[in-house]
Amino acid sequence: MTSTPPAVHVRDLQKSYGGVEAVRGVSFSIAAGETFALLGPNGAGKSTTIEILEGYRDRSGGEVSVLGIDPHRGGLDWKARLGIVLQTSNESGNATVTEQLRHFAGFYPHPRDVDEVIDAAGLREKAKTRVSKLSGGQRRRVDVALGIIGRPELLFLDEPTTGFDPEARHQFWNLIRGLKAEGTTILLTTHYLDEAAQLSDRAGIIVGGRLIDIGPLDEIGEADARVPVVRWRDGNGSVREERTSRPAEVVADLVAIGKGAEPEGLEVIRPSLEDVYLSLVRGHEAMVAGNEAAASANDARPDPSRHTDRDVRA
Amino acid sequence: MSTTTLGTRPQNKAPRTLALGLSRIGYETRLYFRSPDTLLFTFFFPFIMLGIFTAAFSSSGNIGANPDGTGGVSVGTYYLPGMLAAGMLLSGVQNLAVDIAGEKSDGTLKRLGGTPLSPLSYFLGKIGQVFVTAILQAGLLLLVARLVLDIALPTEPGKWATFAWVFVFGVITSAFLGIALSAVPRSGRSATAVVAPVVLVLQFISGVYLQFTTLPEWMQNLASIFPLKWMAQGMRSVFLPESFAAAEQSGTWDLLWVAGALGVWLVLGLVLSRVTFRWIRRDA
Repeated sequence: MTSTPPAVHVRDLQKSYGGVEAVRGVSFSIAAGETFALLGPNGAGKSTTIEILEGYRDRSGGEVSVLGIDPHRGGLDWKARLGIVLQTSNESGNATVTEQLRHFAGFYPHPRDVDEVIDAAGLREKAKTRVSKLSGGQRRRVDVALGIIGRPELLFLDEPTTGFDPEARHQFWNLIRGLKAEGTTILLTTHYLDEAAQLSDRAGIIVGGRLIDIGPLDEIGEADARVPVVRWRDGNGSVREERTSRPAEVVADLVAIGKGAEPEGLEVIRPSLEDVYLSLVRGHEAMVAGNEAAASANDARPDPSRHTDRDVRA
Repeated sequence: MSTTTLGTRPQNKAPRTLALGLSRIGYETRLYFRSPDTLLFTFFFPFIMLGIFTAAFSSSGNIGANPDGTGGVSVGTYYLPGMLAAGMLLSGVQNLAVDIAGEKSDGTLKRLGGTPLSPLSYFLGKIGQVFVTAILQAGLLLLVARLVLDIALPTEPGKWATFAWVFVFGVITSAFLGIALSAVPRSGRSATAVVAPVVLVLQFISGVYLQFTTLPEWMQNLASIFPLKWMAQGMRSVFLPESFAAAEQSGTWDLLWVAGALGVWLVLGLVLSRVTFRWIRRDA
């Protein structure tokens, strides 16, 4: 592990548009074969970061290496090792699913088999349909299929499952697990925290252009945010909660107090990634608001949260 | 940092770029014929106009006839070269300017820019598509002219040689001007509104719809700045009798000027295409 260079290495990445700083000093590494999720609210700088790594945007500062190469100088050989699933697309889609995949497969030196990719993406029944005739979720699967057709070493997935129904999302997760098993490195952004929890090994949380936390999914957030809650209904029928790092002890006490009777509506709730994430983001936003109130003398300061991470050029 | 570059080997770049370009031509041509708007406004437009002009003006007799009504050429014969020139302009300029502006705004180019497709292969595909469709269009126009409108086509090989170089030169020039013009529209939706008037006005002042020799001199001079006038003139030299040359601005077909004007516009189109083309609109 230590001998393999990281697939992605980002140090003190900065990006500003005009006077707006969209990314303000983000650093992280992704090991080869790892799946890394970049989480954060809209406008936090996720897509700006990912588009700099993909070579679409130039950075204002910092160091970036993707598969050992500076994306700013990445040539066609470098692009052949990447798979990119962009956030949105609304192409006219006059080609059929098979035609487009077959055509794109020709761009790459060692493409996957087109029929295998069609099956893996759940597009078999739509293989001969023009892309323009597909539903939003089906078009998104085509995007994913086009992203993996070139057998990428590193796959970028920018909100890949937007518009998927639950079954399609589970199929998609299986597809991604298959890619992971083959050793593909994956950088994922998503608004679905369960998706990040299902797929990724580690996550980073970006708020206001800054990485406010990074780590394995079960270690994100402060230890405090992960303290489980024991919830039950007392004799009067009102809901009681107790935050404790020793939930079994609390439950045992409840049973003892009730002289062996089963406590009503008993739950032990471990904070989900979503809870941890929300408390982190809110905590950070409160802190920023506090700082800004303190520094309110300077009200000409650009507000990074007003910068959307949608493609500003569109 | 490590400089390990897993999986990259020196590739034979030029043949690969060419092969991908050829595969783009097939793909692009297939998509061209699946786009109803493009088909109507670039492919079939000259047919429609030729039909309308022939139907509307045939009753007023031959063009260039003697005072006694003999001689001259039929209306269809007279308009055929103009429609061929219009087809070259539409297949290149209108088709590519609208097409590429659309691809820029709908994300097609952004997607391609993230793949190992060389921009050169992309351009080969576009220009090849223009060539394939323009050849089909011209061939079909000649066929309709001969079989439906009963227009006599030249038999001298020299005339067809002129046709060939004016056609090839004109289509390449149009294609590059189309790529260059695609940088102007701000969105795919506004592309047609930006491009169509330019192309339409050119057709009116360059002798496609109106007899060039009847236009006021200032309009003829204005049209001479642009390439369509020269394409139409080159085509007239192929399909009209020598006697018509006297009615041209200088009293001859001026084929050297045709070549020169197209050459200048080709270089301009090439340079503008090279300077303005981006996979995506660059950010600050």
